[in-house]
Amino acid sequence: MSAILEKILAQALEELATVNDLNQLEQIRVHYLGKKGLFTLQMKELGALDPEQRRSVGQVINLAKDQLQQELESKKRNFETIALAARLATESIDVTLPGRGQTVAGLHPVTTTLRRISKIFSSVGFAVVEGPEIEDDYHNFEALNIPAHHPARAMHDTFYFDAHTVLRTHTSPVQIRTMESNKPPLKVIAPGRVYRCDSDITHTPMFHQVEGFLVDKDVSFADLKGVVYEFLRAFFEKDIQVRFRPSYFPFTEPSAEVDIECVMCNGEGCRVCSQTGWLEVMGCGMIHPEVFKSVNIDSEEYSGFAFGMGVERLAMLRYGINDLRLFFENDLKFLEQFN
Amino acid sequence: MQISEAWLRSYVNPSINSEKLIEQLTMAGLEVGSVEPAAAIFSGVVVGEVLSIQQHPDADRLRICQVDVGQEESLQIVCGASNVKVGLKTPAALCGAVLPGDFNIKKSKLRGVESLGMLCSEKELGLAADANGLMELSSDAPVGIDIRDYLSLNDSIIEVDLTPNRADCLCVEGLAREVALLNKMDWSITKVNKTVIGHQDTLKVTVEDTTACPRYLGRLIKDVNAKAITPLWMQERLRRSGLRSLGPLVDVTNYVLLELGQPLHVFDANKLSGDITVRRAKTDESLLLLNNEVVTLDNEALVIADDQKALALAGVMGGNDSAVSDVTQSLFLECAFFNPLAIAGKARRYGLHTDSSHRFERGVDATLQDRAIDRATQLIIDIAGGSAGPITVVSTKENIPKRSSVLLRRQKIEKILGINFTDEYIVDLFQRLGMTIQAEAEGWQVVPPGFRFDIGIEADLIEEIARIYGYNNLPRSSLLMRSELTTATETLLDIDRVKDLLVDRGYQEAITYSFVDEDIQKTVTPNDELIRLKNPISSEMAVMRTTLWCGLLKAALYNTNRQQARVRLFESGLRFVKQHDETHQQKMLAGLVLGTAYSEQWTEKSRKVDFYDAKADIQAMFALAGCEVNFHSATHVSLHPGQTAQIVTPNGQTIGWLGMLHPNLEKKLGFDTQVFLFELDQNLMLNKRISVFKSLSKYPSVRRDLALIVDEAITASEIINCVKKSTGTVLQDVIIFDVYRGKGIEEGKKSMALSLVIQDDTQTLTDSEIDAIVSRLLLLLANEKNAKLRD
Repeated sequence: MSAILEKILAQALEELATVNDLNQLEQIRVHYLGKKGLFTLQMKELGALDPEQRRSVGQVINLAKDQLQQELESKKRNFETIALAARLATESIDVTLPGRGQTVAGLHPVTTTLRRISKIFSSVGFAVVEGPEIEDDYHNFEALNIPAHHPARAMHDTFYFDAHTVLRTHTSPVQIRTMESNKPPLKVIAPGRVYRCDSDITHTPMFHQVEGFLVDKDVSFADLKGVVYEFLRAFFEKDIQVRFRPSYFPFTEPSAEVDIECVMCNGEGCRVCSQTGWLEVMGCGMIHPEVFKSVNIDSEEYSGFAFGMGVERLAMLRYGINDLRLFFENDLKFLEQFN
Repeated sequence: MQISEAWLRSYVNPSINSEKLIEQLTMAGLEVGSVEPAAAIFSGVVVGEVLSIQQHPDADRLRICQVDVGQEESLQIVCGASNVKVGLKTPAALCGAVLPGDFNIKKSKLRGVESLGMLCSEKELGLAADANGLMELSSDAPVGIDIRDYLSLNDSIIEVDLTPNRADCLCVEGLAREVALLNKMDWSITKVNKTVIGHQDTLKVTVEDTTACPRYLGRLIKDVNAKAITPLWMQERLRRSGLRSLGPLVDVTNYVLLELGQPLHVFDANKLSGDITVRRAKTDESLLLLNNEVVTLDNEALVIADDQKALALAGVMGGNDSAVSDVTQSLFLECAFFNPLAIAGKARRYGLHTDSSHRFERGVDATLQDRAIDRATQLIIDIAGGSAGPITVVSTKENIPKRSSVLLRRQKIEKILGINFTDEYIVDLFQRLGMTIQAEAEGWQVVPPGFRFDIGIEADLIEEIARIYGYNNLPRSSLLMRSELTTATETLLDIDRVKDLLVDRGYQEAITYSFVDEDIQKTVTPNDELIRLKNPISSEMAVMRTTLWCGLLKAALYNTNRQQARVRLFESGLRFVKQHDETHQQKMLAGLVLGTAYSEQWTEKSRKVDFYDAKADIQAMFALAGCEVNFHSATHVSLHPGQTAQIVTPNGQTIGWLGMLHPNLEKKLGFDTQVFLFELDQNLMLNKRISVFKSLSKYPSVRRDLALIVDEAITASEIINCVKKSTGTVLQDVIIFDVYRGKGIEEGKKSMALSLVIQDDTQTLTDSEIDAIVSRLLLLLANEKNAKLRD
């Protein structure tokens, strides 16, 4: 190696040792290896040599260049590591501090319950239908085989607007309205608000019901039992005990009340189930021939079942809510528990 | 109805325990609501007889009694009751007795005199809520026997919650019939002997309305002792059915009602003038009822009258003027069959509900009256003496409900219940139900008995089969049904999706009452016509809401009054609007926000929520639907005139409103902060546009920023409409990135900074082309909106 070359290399390495940042490093690279750098000038001088010498001297220059290049890169990596460490250090934060932005709220537990019920029935092809809440006497009572002065009317404490207009006392009118305008087969659930003129610890003047019905050829009580049974197991996500007992609704015959094993005490007997181990959760039955008659469906050709359940009651059982009135106070402290 | 289990078991006594009996009833459709012990728990009380009485030397009110309690020696018991007398038989609690409430009886001294027990009142034994003195037992009560045995207190009171169709079980005999049926046993019907006729006096009975009253039986019973004491066994059975003893005459009618299910009435014969007529009331005829209320009647009401006036509201309640009392000597006993339709609703109309009306409107067996009147006569004579006259009967055969035969088809049973029964099973079952059944080709003809008013069609018979066979024993089938594919509509946005969006944006869902306080409704929207409930539950729930804001405002106040400084609520539901005499039930989605824009957080400075926060939420909802809407500056009676937007579809339909609650309302309702409200019509807002693909431009887009000086009155949408009009299809987006007023801007003007994103589908736009577009736009803005480019 020529003395000049050695000197240049030594000088370069010496300068490199004192370098403090990437900027200075770059200056050194330009000074020695850049287009007009000292090594580049050396290479340019090769042109004056004969071909034999040119190669050997060229090799020597290249070796020196490589050495410097490596030193430069190692130095660079070193600086980058330091710089990264410094960045990481300054950018460290307390990840336990809360995130920024809008908080997510929630649906009302009645809505959540209604959605679950709808989802279960939709999965087997039930359509969700709604109806008016201010209803006429015909759809709320007459067409459902509850004539004026029928004792069953006393079971419905009805809000009236005038002699023929009421706030619907159940979602069953939707059954009539649907059958009036659609031909069987029908598979429908009708969720919604209903109203009874009653207010105490266990009654609010407004609550929610889901009415469901199915009309087709050859529908039997066994189908009703199957649907109700499967629904309750799906709703409570539990292999729950279910019993059917005879009851009375003017719009179904035979009629049944459905009890489930108390979900609070697993049927042992507690305050919620009045020590009986059973909880009444819905009413149901085979659609009464008179009801079919009022919507011009031939009860010899078609049969069907209907069922109705109180949504608040199911929500109370599902979430362990002990006071019905909480549902309509809209206290955020209550509502937020179901987010 | 509630009834003593022991009484029921005196008719039919299956060898099953109470628990099983109750389950049987419940599962047969006679739901047992509750079972209570007939008496509170106590022990160590026997029948005692007071042998002698001595005044306590140191206490005026106390007496020292020697009481025979069936032991070798009588006991000395100090007693303070005023009715204590020699020879009285009364419950005696011995030392060691435990009375209700864990009250222990011990040997004690009362003012220095030793007392070896306690003589008891009904109250002390838990048999009555209060009492005047000691319980007086019958003189034939055997001294020394346990009072619980003597009074049969080891009994349960079964309360059966009967459905309206099962009036036949509103009596012990009816329940006994069911229990016998369920256990395949016989039961013994109450024996009624022929009454010995003691005199021939009668009252003439005229029935004017024979449809309403197909059968009326009456008889005079003379020379009764109305002061006689109702025997304890009857009092106890009445008590266990929740009835107080009211003297022997009334007690007997109540007893027969419970026993046979036949309501009866007794009139004091000496208070009647002339004969008996069953007729419609005259208009405005008034009647003082037994409950001391005066009712004003009309032609709809059926009454029992004498020659002068209405005596009783038929089948509902007797009148005060003709009521029996403890001085009654002669009575007229009424035992009728009223048509259910004639009684139905009558009691309720006058705000009454009686044991009698309850039974008549559901149906009383029209074949029962002869037996019931004799049964009551005998019980009255047994207890109060007297002599019975002949029975006067007015019967209109053609108006007595007939039980027509109902066809029951084998194939229908299987079709409805999904199970097959043998003919023998069916025949046996209906025979045990007291029905006549006759075979024919398809199945059977079945005739129900007089006491069943609920069997009219085949389905009723099928229910009886299911009921007796047991609903739980019937098969259950899996859901195998014809299904049709449903359409997955894309032109309607699912409201659930919108609700989820609001939830994700921090709105809590509320459900408020559909009826609201009239005052709040009038305050919020004074111009809306109100729809009033005829029978509201309270004034706070008296009118139907014409906007969901009423409920949301109330719910917000409920929360702000409970230290909630930030409220975000929404509700989905109907509002009720009356227009041109027609009620519209519109499905709305409404929201309310107040307080800070975000919940308190460490990174951001807390800021109050404003109009544009709420608008962003609404725009997000419309973005879901992909439908264009316009926000117009407008006025709304409930909202701040400077911060109200009417939300309108491109074809001019109003979807809803957004704005700040008017400061006057804010104050009036009791808010101490600004409240923002919106309400949207769901039918209009959920219309969804189906996306249509547009090919992507290959050419670069260019952004140009403009700062314009415009008059304060010029709205953002006016500027944007100008931009759209001028630039046409090359405009990809226009963004307002700043609005500035103040230093450097003339008073009454504002600076609005816009950014235009321009892109052509077919070529790369050159600078000069873009400049031309911008110049054209500036010219239009200057001409139409007097806008200038800011220097």
